[in-house]
Amino acid sequence: MEYQNIFTRVQVRGPHYPGVPIGDEEMWRTGSPTDNYWAGKLGDAQIGPIYLGPTGVLSLICGFIAIEIIGLNMWASVNWDPVQFVRQLFWLALEPPPAKYGLGIPPLQDGGWWLIAGFFLTAAILLWLVRTYNRNKALGMGQHLTWAFAAAIWLYLVLGFIRPICMGSWSEAVPFGIFPHLDWTAAFSLRYGNLFYNPFHMLSIAFLYGSTLLFAMHGATILAVSRYGGDREIDQITDRGTASERAALFWRWTMGFNASMESIHRWAWWFAVLTVITGGIGILLTGTVVDNWYLWAVKHGVAPAYPALEAVPPADPALTGAGQ
Amino acid sequence: MKTLMRSAVTGLAVLTLLAGCELGSKDVVQRGYRGTGMELVMVPEDRVAHVNANQPPEPAPPQPAVGPKAGDIYQNVQVLGHLSIGEFTRLMASITEWVAPEQGCNYCHNPQNLADDSKYTKKVSRVMIAMTQRTNEAWKDHVGNVGVTCYTCHRGNNIPVNVWAADPGPKRATGMVGQTPQNYASESVGLASLPYDPFSSMLLGDRDIGGVQADTALPMGHPTDLRDAEWTYALMMHFSQSLGVNCTYCHNSRAFNQWEQASPAKVTAWHGIRMVREINGEFIEPTTPWLPEHRKGPLGDALKTNCKTCHQGAYKPLYGAEMLQYYPNLAELGEGVEDLDLFED
Repeated sequence: MEYQNIFTRVQVRGPHYPGVPIGDEEMWRTGSPTDNYWAGKLGDAQIGPIYLGPTGVLSLICGFIAIEIIGLNMWASVNWDPVQFVRQLFWLALEPPPAKYGLGIPPLQDGGWWLIAGFFLTAAILLWLVRTYNRNKALGMGQHLTWAFAAAIWLYLVLGFIRPICMGSWSEAVPFGIFPHLDWTAAFSLRYGNLFYNPFHMLSIAFLYGSTLLFAMHGATILAVSRYGGDREIDQITDRGTASERAALFWRWTMGFNASMESIHRWAWWFAVLTVITGGIGILLTGTVVDNWYLWAVKHGVAPAYPALEAVPPADPALTGAGQ
Repeated sequence: MKTLMRSAVTGLAVLTLLAGCELGSKDVVQRGYRGTGMELVMVPEDRVAHVNANQPPEPAPPQPAVGPKAGDIYQNVQVLGHLSIGEFTRLMASITEWVAPEQGCNYCHNPQNLADDSKYTKKVSRVMIAMTQRTNEAWKDHVGNVGVTCYTCHRGNNIPVNVWAADPGPKRATGMVGQTPQNYASESVGLASLPYDPFSSMLLGDRDIGGVQADTALPMGHPTDLRDAEWTYALMMHFSQSLGVNCTYCHNSRAFNQWEQASPAKVTAWHGIRMVREINGEFIEPTTPWLPEHRKGPLGDALKTNCKTCHQGAYKPLYGAEMLQYYPNLAELGEGVEDLDLFED
């Protein structure tokens, strides 16, 4: 009864287990296992060995190059001052090329580094996707993780690659940087007439918040019935026990409907995956198909009209000639 | 002991999380149709303190407009020659109070010869007086009856506290790395990563501010450059900070570029932009050759005006105190002054 999946009070420490035999590929499995107390607080205390494989190694190298280019550009922008680099880190950026270069190759200092960093970052992410596919296959698992990761990559590629190409300019892409990418997001919504009126943005938000809600509901339900063996969710999919019954009854009583031990995981997977799929569609349509989402929403009866203010409604002074 | 540690850590974590919160009740003033979020949020205590700190000084006793004219009695009176001696002296004394209370008359004048133009401060003052009169006369759409006086900006300082000059930004390595004029923690744009000098191009130059969004739902050729949006955004951060208001003071934030849904304050601001461009371009910038080094910015240009120079955190400078009515001599240019070349040496 002391053992629980999350925040367990028992340190799970068995004999170290390297994993199933993988024959010729054994050379890619590296590191001798150790135990970590804090890892044991959350789950299994065993750390390693890790299977990197050729794609893993290449992915790490590409990722390192990308981070290095971004970091050095940021550091150079504070004249190699280490103190300012740390102090301003969240503000610093590596910007995409200005609009004047279109999809052409800009000089290094004017967005060229951004293209190179973007190439290596994308290569790293895609290689990691291949590695995810391979490891799933090697373990005889389904490819649910691969597809989910691919969905996230779809949004990433729309933002930094597909949409800029559709728009004919790298300048439409996101800068690398913590606050700069947030400012970019706000500027993007401002330029394209308020992203909140983009129906795919609405869907993405619904799925995002829905994901957190489902995660909380599921996590809480399972923790609540672990005392009846509910933490053995997978067993209970096919061999429903009292934990499963109680969890189902709780939700049926409170909201009239309950998921099953299996379907709740499909709910969660689809909500998570649809967050980024719908988000990517919303971004892809912005600027390419719709130039001003607010006006689009007015046209289609989405945005309500408000009564005129009592004060004289202002007009554009540039058009009425009231200006100097 | 363990419990003590745990509660200490938890307490610290909660405090850290709440550190960004502003305690105390807020006053909210509705400024648009209900549900649109067009409201002005204020912290009552802070606002009371700010109102108290932004009060106009007692006006000097008025003087009769009759009698001999300053231009006939004194030498080299170019922009105030049409004033009576009494009015002229009163205005000189007030300007001293507003701009050089410590240095007195000699801040601008050569005590041996008050008509002497050898001090740069005197020549600049003349331009500034003409600028103030011109602003009150020609930019009523922005300054209304509140108007501006020297005090609106100077508040007892030689140079107004809130001025700007072209900003070269922090030093960065040259050669193969980017020189985009943004992405530093900049006070000028409320510590955002936005372009840190939105003033040179938009409050001196006439870079387009309002053309960010397309006027059509579907793409009909409206040019797009997300950096343009960031430049406008940077300037708007400055507006917001200077006036102590948020975006919805002027805009209905669901459609930032729509005039029909905006508050009338947006029109006032539109005129303000053009007014500040004239002030900077026609009056302040041309004084640059007269200025000593310590009155210039890092790139050698004059210290110029933006919204904060007058507003200083208030939605109306001095919270709308109509100070100009006590100084009617600053309300319009004297006859013929418009044709003078004030920058002639």
